[in-house]
Amino acid sequence: MILQDKDRIFTNLYGQFDWRLEGARKRGVWAGTKDMLELGRETVLQTVKEAEVRGRGGAGFPAGLKWSFMPKQSDGRPHYLVVNADESEPGTCKDREIMRYDPHRLLEGCLIGCFAMGANTCYIYIRGEFYQEAQHLQHAIDEAYEAGLIGKNACKSGWDCDIYLHRGAGAYICGEETALLESLEGKKGMPRLKPPFPAQLGVYGCPTTVNNVETIAVVPEIMRRGVSWWTGIGRPKNHGTKLFCISGHVNKPCNVEESLGIPMKELLERHAGGVRGGWDNLLAVIPGGSSVPCIPKPTCDDILMDFDALRDAQTGLGTAAVIVMDKSTDIVAAIARLSLFYMHESCGQCTPCREGTGWMWRVLTRMVQGRAQIEEIDKLWDVTKEVEGHTICALGDAAAWPVQGLIRHFRPEIESRIVNYQKTHGSRTVPVAAE
Amino acid sequence: MSGTARPKVTTFPAPNTGGFAFTEENQAQAQRHLAKYPDNNKASAVLPLLWLAQRQNGGHLTRESIEYVASLLGMAPIRVHEVAHFYSMFNHRPVGKYFIQVCRTTPCMLRGSDELIAAVKDKLGVGEGEVTEDGVFSMREVECLGACCNAPMVQINDLYYEDLTPESLSNLLDDLRAGKDAQPGSQAGRAGSEPLGGAKTLTEVGETGVAGYAFANGGGVPDAVRQARKAEAEAAKNEHQAGETSGKGDGKA
Repeated sequence: MILQDKDRIFTNLYGQFDWRLEGARKRGVWAGTKDMLELGRETVLQTVKEAEVRGRGGAGFPAGLKWSFMPKQSDGRPHYLVVNADESEPGTCKDREIMRYDPHRLLEGCLIGCFAMGANTCYIYIRGEFYQEAQHLQHAIDEAYEAGLIGKNACKSGWDCDIYLHRGAGAYICGEETALLESLEGKKGMPRLKPPFPAQLGVYGCPTTVNNVETIAVVPEIMRRGVSWWTGIGRPKNHGTKLFCISGHVNKPCNVEESLGIPMKELLERHAGGVRGGWDNLLAVIPGGSSVPCIPKPTCDDILMDFDALRDAQTGLGTAAVIVMDKSTDIVAAIARLSLFYMHESCGQCTPCREGTGWMWRVLTRMVQGRAQIEEIDKLWDVTKEVEGHTICALGDAAAWPVQGLIRHFRPEIESRIVNYQKTHGSRTVPVAAE
Repeated sequence: MSGTARPKVTTFPAPNTGGFAFTEENQAQAQRHLAKYPDNNKASAVLPLLWLAQRQNGGHLTRESIEYVASLLGMAPIRVHEVAHFYSMFNHRPVGKYFIQVCRTTPCMLRGSDELIAAVKDKLGVGEGEVTEDGVFSMREVECLGACCNAPMVQINDLYYEDLTPESLSNLLDDLRAGKDAQPGSQAGRAGSEPLGGAKTLTEVGETGVAGYAFANGGGVPDAVRQARKAEAEAAKNEHQAGETSGKGDGKA
């Protein structure tokens, strides 16, 4: 099922219309917000639960369930909602469009989220590079205060809700929720051990929920149009619409809102002008941002783009950032570049990640030229397994998975480079794991 | 805090601000940032204040400016130093009037960011982290800037320049050097992240959404509200009926 315009939430995705309050109101943002809040906290929470909104930030954890982890009654500590707008996953550029072209949709979601979790304060943590986006968002916040939509007695609902913008300063790791909280507290963005989970001990030691921009922004529209509308889109457990960011070797890279579960081939051909040089020129796709393993063309032929279908293909939907690589791609170099990214962005707290990311990058860089030994491929695989699951946060996993995807699907490519290199340079010229 | 808790360590070397101080305007800005955070968590303002310091200082931080921020927040200087060095957007050496940050991560790489990097280095004669002799340009390779549908792209000072080729980037740099205004955003004529040549979706959407959209201009009753009212009405009805039946039921029992 192809999504129709009437079912699209982000109607100003491309900035065709006014992003300010006046324009947003015309598009239906802030419509009936007061009525929705008057339903009471439990009903709002129940609606989000019934809609089975899965988090749009990468992990796909049900948002309603996450919200319900917040204490029902405050023990005296304030509750916080923190919106993760530190969009830094390579390939992902959807939250940026929401913040610069539809900021009020996000703010309305923040109010509803705060209300549902008993929070009076919301921080939006935006990545430092998004300067224009931060300006738009701040302008929207000022407008919303001015119009009485947020602040004291927000929307005349009796609920107080302050929303503050907090600008980061260039650290991918701050997109990890506990690192984000550390950063918000004015420290280095180093992830915390969980438990305790943020819902018990989050920012300033208070109950906190961290949600992605898109997750928060879709909530008001679900409440307006109804749970059955939302669950009618997509497949069971994979409901609703999703912003897909299509980048790389397609004819027309773009962001597009589509229904979850759309076949990848259809997504690319209908919206992104198809793979450069035709579908048969496809080599591989990274379907969910740099952290998920790539899948080769045969898998792409009939794969559906949702959480469960991609998990079954040993990859993931992640942030739905589809990075397309055609046959001209040096796949080893492309993945090595991702390893460089993770080396650069590792916070350095856990040894397996701090040391492993650099090691993987160095070995992969040699493998790009073939300057390696065949048995090093297995060694590289072992190291990814040593990093995966042995770190405080998921950055270690995220660094390991793309390399695993490469070895899983493109081992013959690496082997042939090594063999070719050895033909011209002699077989034992490279010491094993010289790093 | 229980009585046995250790007292907070407050002894640290006094910040050496070296005469650095915020301008009045930045003082006011700093106060606005501080107001966002709870009274005993003012350290939260360290990033916004470092941003102000970097801007006031012309694009990079000095030891004095960092310690000035520490003095404002009552933080140990070392805590602010470590923050200032953890985040990659704080510079510790002077940058050019135009600070070019070229994204090199895979989505940009697939669309030719390596050529952009080579073009910049070639044209300006500078390498990673270097400033041109006239102080106009400096360049750095950076990791994903989050505009992947408009790759390859660079950030120059605060703004994004997208859909670049080595030629268009070269022209852009010429314009900047000549003091001309350069238009940020897509250099290939796109408004945002729609497909090149115009959006294929949202074609039926107008200023007020699709035709007949119930919530345009603040109208309509949200479905969640309607459902709740329906449920309330039914509950009231059932209660009413239950009241009647239970009256009869008692008789039967």
